[in-house]
Amino acid sequence: MLRYFRQILSRTKWFATTFAAGLLLCSAQSLAADASRGEALFKACSQCHEVGAQAKNKVGPHLDGVFGRKAGSIEGFKYSSAMKRAGDGGLVWSVDAIDAYIHKPRTFIKGNRMSYRGMEDDQDRADLVAWLEQISLTKPSANANVPSTNAVVGFATAVLEIEGDPDYGAYLSGECVTCHQITGKADGIPSIVGLPRDYFVRSLFEYKTNIRQNEVMKTRVINLADEEIAALAAYFSSLTPQ
Amino acid sequence: MTHFNRRQFGLLLASGAATLALPTYLRAQAKPKVVVIGGGAGGATAARYIAKDSKGDIDVTLIDASDMFTTCFFSNLYLGGYRDFASITHGYDRLESNYGIRKITDYATAVDRATKTVTLADGSTVPYDRLVVSPGIDLIYDSVEGYSEEAAQIAPHAWKAGPQTQLLKAKLDAVKDGEQIVMVTPPNPFRCPPGPYERASMMAHLLKSRGHANSKIVIIDPKEKFSKQGLFQEGWEKYYPGMIEWYGPDVHGGIKSVDAAAGSVETDFDTFKGVLLNVIPRQKAGVIAAQAGLTNETGFCPIEASTMRSENDDNIFVIGDACIAGAMPKSGFSANSQAKVAAMTIRSELTDSKAFPAKYSNTCWSLIETDDGVKVGAQYAPKDGKIASTSTFISQTGEDAAVRKSTFEESEGWYKGITADMFG
Ligand SMILES: Cc1cc2nc3c(=O)[nH]c(=O)nc-3n(C[C@H](O)[C@H](O)[C@H](O)COP(=O)(O)OP(=O)(O)OC[C@H]3O[C@@H](n4cnc5c(N)ncnc54)[C@H](O)[C@@H]3O)c2cc1C
Ligand code: HEC
Ligand code: HEC
Repeated sequence: MLRYFRQILSRTKWFATTFAAGLLLCSAQSLAADASRGEALFKACSQCHEVGAQAKNKVGPHLDGVFGRKAGSIEGFKYSSAMKRAGDGGLVWSVDAIDAYIHKPRTFIKGNRMSYRGMEDDQDRADLVAWLEQISLTKPSANANVPSTNAVVGFATAVLEIEGDPDYGAYLSGECVTCHQITGKADGIPSIVGLPRDYFVRSLFEYKTNIRQNEVMKTRVINLADEEIAALAAYFSSLTPQ
Repeated sequence: MTHFNRRQFGLLLASGAATLALPTYLRAQAKPKVVVIGGGAGGATAARYIAKDSKGDIDVTLIDASDMFTTCFFSNLYLGGYRDFASITHGYDRLESNYGIRKITDYATAVDRATKTVTLADGSTVPYDRLVVSPGIDLIYDSVEGYSEEAAQIAPHAWKAGPQTQLLKAKLDAVKDGEQIVMVTPPNPFRCPPGPYERASMMAHLLKSRGHANSKIVIIDPKEKFSKQGLFQEGWEKYYPGMIEWYGPDVHGGIKSVDAAAGSVETDFDTFKGVLLNVIPRQKAGVIAAQAGLTNETGFCPIEASTMRSENDDNIFVIGDACIAGAMPKSGFSANSQAKVAAMTIRSELTDSKAFPAKYSNTCWSLIETDDGVKVGAQYAPKDGKIASTSTFISQTGEDAAVRKSTFEESEGWYKGITADMFG
């Protein structure tokens, strides 16, 4: 009974949110979209998402066929429970919904784990979504959940060959979860729960080698030995977001 | 939302059933007992990690005088009007319901190290196998002549969050344009080295946003320099020109006394007057630490760098502001980090789980003005019996606005992270 009520409630909430978002979007909708700019704008997403023929899941789910797809519904991808709840509550991806989501990812679905700040510019979003609408008509890879292995560069590959000790990783993770929430929520600091192992390892190396600049990450990673990175990767990739 | 997975829950049930079947004396032996005094940044984290990782094999009791905890961290943002009081106040309910921690809301008055028991204000005693002491700081009121616990009702310190913070906020809200605030800051070592200067920034922000740009905040400091000084002073000139004045000992000559009722601070060279005095006196470990014989002549507790174990008692661990943690500053982040080392050590002693080499870490963010955050931080490890830093960083002066904004957003993310890590 209670469950039934909650469902109704969340459905109504979804209706209200999407409706409100729809209203806010009127201005965006009236912009003439230029899909030719979309590919360049997708650089903001491609670190995490693939789209187009043979797309695979990476940090985020592949976006093939995303229009008309229920939110949080790709089999085998580790969605946050917030995203799955949104889908069960009736959220289906449309031009408007994707526009609203990438405008303010944190507020559109509270507690989701997409670590993306948001795209401010109305025209940019309109152009990107228009391009996405065309490109996403392609078919994803048949085994979209098998991670691609060529994502790691140079010395980082050595770490991937080390089998990390998840117990050690669990202890070391204590240091990380003061900032990165163990539930996988992205609230101003990216979610690292359930990141693919290769992506995880590569990003730590990118802080170590100054490809990525962030002082809090750099100081932490400088002290991590390969075994420690491997242990952390083993531990965090074994977790399921909540 | 429960944090135990099905397997852990099963274990809990199983061990619960086994316990019930045993006679009382065996039951007492069956499960080792950990008691934690203080439910703040250090204590709440230690209790949660021991309960979570031992999966029900250790009995964890958390003693805190209050049933709600207001964080000192972000209390300056409350003063500045960025946060409401409820958003910096947290309950212990999830620690009880999701981790099976027994929470006792009472004041611990004594620790009897011979019988390994803690005595509570209501006279009852709680036995332990290992004790974690994380009582934070107590203020040495008479370290500033004329200041006292009563005087703090007029001239709040607000260095322990709660009613004092609300009192300071009410008095700050009443300041009119052109009126002056005088802050007296503490000598080292004290809780949160950048805290007083972030507080000055937040008070100036509030006054400025109310159009009270003729008001002034005067800081009388017993120290010659302070944490993130260059960053704060750059920010003060940029955002609050003429509103914040900092005087070190070479300007005031030494702090002689305060008169809360008259709103004055007397120094060797001058007398400073304000409608609002914020006096932050010298600090020592929470009094229970001295009562238990864990402190040395500094008023804080010496510990073993690789475990956080008290140098005075093998069964006691002291973490957070109360301990002497070498190069680590007294911060919520540090307390949280030390708690994990103590928790790991205690678990390995009581349940044979693995122990790994200790590592510590800290980052302290401060907000200077809206979207202008700065940070300082370091990693630490035991070295020659002391906790020493292994790498450090600090924000730079002249950074661009985007960097400062993302630094502030990071601090907001951290607040959510650390409070989730403390309270579940
Ligand atoms: C204005 C201000 C801003 C700050 N900002 C930051 C920041 O941005 N980042 C940061 O990392 N740190 C910050 N800090 C520092 C941080 O608040 C402390 O370092 C941290 O809380 C220390 O943790 P603790 O566990 O040692 O003590 P506390 O968090 O103070 O917890 C101690 C608890 O024990 C209870 N207690 C004490 N004695 C007893 C007893 N005998 N019986 C029962 N209960 C008892 C107390 O009531 C309290 O609840 C700030 C501090 C201040 C004052
Ligand atoms: C840092 C990685 C990252 C970036 C950058 C990112 N995303 Fe995501 N995205 C994710 C993750 C992770 C999820 C799953 C969120 C969840 O489960 O809560 C997601 C989910 C989505 C979804 C929902 C898909 C579904 O199956 O329900 C869409 C649509 C989406 N992202 C679009 C975008 C677009 C467009 C961009 C660029 C503007 C972008 N994302 C940038 C990581 C990212
Ligand atoms: C003091 C807070 C803090 C701590 C502690 C911390 N991180 Fe981070 N982490 C961040 C921030 C902020 C970012 C985003 C930085 C950026 O913009 O590049 C980040 C980024 C990351 C990323 C990249 C995420 C992505 O989506 O690309 C990974 C992986 C990561 N951290 C892992 C860790 C691990 C492992 C630890 C513990 C050893 C850790 N972090 C400790 C704050 C922290």
